Amino acid sequence: MPAFSCAFPGCRRDLLVIVLVVFVGIGLPIEASAPAYQSHGTEGSYLTNVTNTKKAFPVLAVNYKHVRQPFEIALWILLALLMKLGFHLIPRLSGVVPESCLLIVVGLLVGGLIKVIGEEPPVLDSQLFFLCLLPPIILDAGYFLPIRPFTENVGTILVFAVIGTLWNTFFMGGLLYALCQIESVGLGGVDLLACLLFGSIVSAVDPVAVLAVFEEIHINELVHILVFGESLLNDAVTVVLYNLFEEFAKVGTVTVLDVFLGVVCFFVVSLGGVLVGAIYGFLAAFTSRFTSHTRVIEPLFVFLYSYMAYLSSEMFHLSGIMALIVCGVVMRPYVEANISHKSYTTIKYFLKMWSSVSETLIFIFLGVSTVAGPHAWNWTFVITTVILCLVSRVLGVIGLTFIINKFRIVKLTKKDQFIVAYGGLRGAIAFSLGYLLSNRHQMRNLFLTAIITVIFFTVFVQGMTIRPLVELLAVKKKKESKPSINEEIHTEFLNHLLTGVEGVCGHYGHYHWKEKLNRFNKTYVKRWLIAGENFKEPELIAFYRKMELKQAIMMVESGQLPSALPSTISMQNIQPRAIPRVSKKREEEIRRILRSNLQNNKQKMRSRSYSRHTLFDADEEDNVSEVRLRKTKMEMERRVSVMERRMSHYLTVPANRESPRPGVRRVRFESDNQVFSADSVPTVHFEQPSPPSTPDAVSLEEEVPKRPSLEADIEGPRGNASDNHQGELDYQRLARCLSDPGPNKDKEEDDPFMSC
Amino acid sequence: MGALQSLSDEPEYRELAEKTGFSFEQIGILHKRFKQLSHNEDMLRRADLDTIPDLACNPIRIQIIEAFFDKRNFHQNGDGTVEEISFEEFLVVMSHFRPPALNMTEEQREKVRREKLRFLFNMHDTDNDGTITLEEYRHVVEELLSRSGALGKETAKGIADAAMLEVASISMGHMEPDEFYEGITFEHFLKILKDIEIETRMNIRFLNMDTMTLCK
Repeated sequence: MPAFSCAFPGCRRDLLVIVLVVFVGIGLPIEASAPAYQSHGTEGSYLTNVTNTKKAFPVLAVNYKHVRQPFEIALWILLALLMKLGFHLIPRLSGVVPESCLLIVVGLLVGGLIKVIGEEPPVLDSQLFFLCLLPPIILDAGYFLPIRPFTENVGTILVFAVIGTLWNTFFMGGLLYALCQIESVGLGGVDLLACLLFGSIVSAVDPVAVLAVFEEIHINELVHILVFGESLLNDAVTVVLYNLFEEFAKVGTVTVLDVFLGVVCFFVVSLGGVLVGAIYGFLAAFTSRFTSHTRVIEPLFVFLYSYMAYLSSEMFHLSGIMALIVCGVVMRPYVEANISHKSYTTIKYFLKMWSSVSETLIFIFLGVSTVAGPHAWNWTFVITTVILCLVSRVLGVIGLTFIINKFRIVKLTKKDQFIVAYGGLRGAIAFSLGYLLSNRHQMRNLFLTAIITVIFFTVFVQGMTIRPLVELLAVKKKKESKPSINEEIHTEFLNHLLTGVEGVCGHYGHYHWKEKLNRFNKTYVKRWLIAGENFKEPELIAFYRKMELKQAIMMVESGQLPSALPSTISMQNIQPRAIPRVSKKREEEIRRILRSNLQNNKQKMRSRSYSRHTLFDADEEDNVSEVRLRKTKMEMERRVSVMERRMSHYLTVPANRESPRPGVRRVRFESDNQVFSADSVPTVHFEQPSPPSTPDAVSLEEEVPKRPSLEADIEGPRGNASDNHQGELDYQRLARCLSDPGPNKDKEEDDPFMSC
Repeated sequence: MGALQSLSDEPEYRELAEKTGFSFEQIGILHKRFKQLSHNEDMLRRADLDTIPDLACNPIRIQIIEAFFDKRNFHQNGDGTVEEISFEEFLVVMSHFRPPALNMTEEQREKVRREKLRFLFNMHDTDNDGTITLEEYRHVVEELLSRSGALGKETAKGIADAAMLEVASISMGHMEPDEFYEGITFEHFLKILKDIEIETRMNIRFLNMDTMTLCK
């Protein structure tokens, strides 16, 4: 990467001093000795070459040049992360000021330090930014994009993104041009195209800044997805406008044909980006179908295909951001049905990690670049820009909402509009685009200064005040809800109900097309892209299994029964009243069998296996099976004690009394079975869908046959039990974790692990 | 087209509009659809709704059709089912899917929410005893998963049991092992579904727009 080498042209000694100062200034005693060595380093190696006497073999020789570039890069990243760490150790600060502000301030300080020393601070190189720092953030956003709110509001989002950005550009560009015409300002040299170009750079809402700020205020889903979706989708418009105005500025004149071509270009850029993303997404999904034997490299496919999508579309000057998002969205449902649970976790954490690092680096570099960059300050221009940004954003949002509300069921209230307008933050993309402006523009420095001022204003002022304003206006916050199976059932029920009622009305509406898409997806697409038999599995089952899995994992984490059900309510409270009458002899047999089951379970512990290529069964699986056994044991013990208590109420009734109500008894035992199998649902099939011959699976299957013997002893419907148990075997074989639901659940899983 | 019709039926429409809250145009459109479904008769039967091709692959088709013939949804405090319905009753059932108006107070929204959830509750509570028992809930989940074959049936029981457990713990909190949770009452139902914002989700978009295309 050329960025760093060209940024430090000074001599090595100065670099070492800078590094020392930086570290000391931040109070880190790391590697204090290393720089000391380096000062002798190269001289030392020269000496040994030159003297050529019989000196001892150089035990310690240091060659800094050899590692210089990666060393510097690693140093910067480490610095950024230590800063981030530092903020969260100061609790009050992080509660008041958003992280992005703090990072920019740090960047300013570091840049100031470097300048004080006399070195040139590095500027945020645009190539570095667009090719390395931006993609992880966008991929993270796209992969975890909450699909349902996005698709429900896609019309609104598109209107804001396209028409809103166009409005901002022309409004600002036009008014600034008018401003420059005024004699007293002294900016007569700025022509209309340059102003429009400037307008196009500064008018786009920035996804990085929006993410950074909105993540901390937990606003309700609707507003969040509106602002966020807009920031992602306006990339196409920005790209087109920027390139368009650059071209025009070069040529100098604009014809009607050019404008028309510009419009065509917009469609090509956006739809082309979407197409490229979709292609790579399907490729990734298809590849993941075959990865059942090489689980370790699964996450890499996701990352690489997405990155390739981004690069390919950048190559053709299409919208890279849209390609990346579409790729993530398209590949996610299929990839997650195919990959193992561990790969899913890996992907999630790597994406979060990279995007976190990128974001931190971007903000720090923004600060540093501010100190570094060539500045040309013009009070009128800059102040007007800032004011115009605000004004045009507010006008745009109000005007567009007025039109959009005519078409929406859920109208946007004034509060929503305010947050959408206020949340239109500008960020590093605007800066990088401005930096990319060629030096031909004599106003380049002025533009850069204005852009930086706008960014600072929006991030600091708007970023800091948005949280208290949200509190003040009592805007609806995000509902922190646990995944509830009732809600899930009813969401599914509602979907079908509304589709049905639309059918009755004869109206081909929203739900109708969604249903058609789902059916198409299920019959054709999933067949190709999902490995094994899993493509037939409906979402509700997947959700239920995921919940069970989470409970099991929570138990492993906390070592006790999950507190999701804090009450003492258990299955026996909701079962229909009829309890089977059992004789004393039978009761003894039951107890004996239950106890022997317990013994058997204790003996079935797997031995560990470690293999580089299979990454089989880790501690987690052992723990889960251990926990499952514990849970089963507890259940059994409780059951036994309950039965013991109940026995005292029982009358011994002959068998034929029971037969009139076989359904009820059947119900009881099956649900008993279900309770057991509910424990075993989060089975060890984390890895593969194919019938595994692992010892653990065998142990489970061996466990199951015990139950029919229990049934048989209690005049139970044996046929039913064996059907049940066959179903269970099938079910266990097909046990997979699908992740269906959206960000709430993702964030919840984050809580035990991550602090930010 | 709609305008001509509404002119002739105006007094009737006015009454219907007041009762259900639809606009004249919407009533006209729905009346046309009603006539189309019932083959120009005055009363609609189950068989007429059965023939709609779009409903054929809907897993809860039967429940949906039953909902139209369920007297509890006619807002007249009746119960039981009927064999055929008039246009007015059709419209009343449809009015459950109207979105709430923009300028509603919190109370009115609450009322709308209760009404919609009542509709859902009636769909689940088939024996009309005021509670959704475990059996009824199992039946609901089974129908939802009815397209997944044998696998669906087994898991349906597990899912329904887990769901019932959840309702019981949220509504009752603590129960002795000997106590028995009879079933989900309407109040409990409201409680567990209060987070899904049903007044914004249970709406048919078309009923909001003035222009539409009658397909089929």
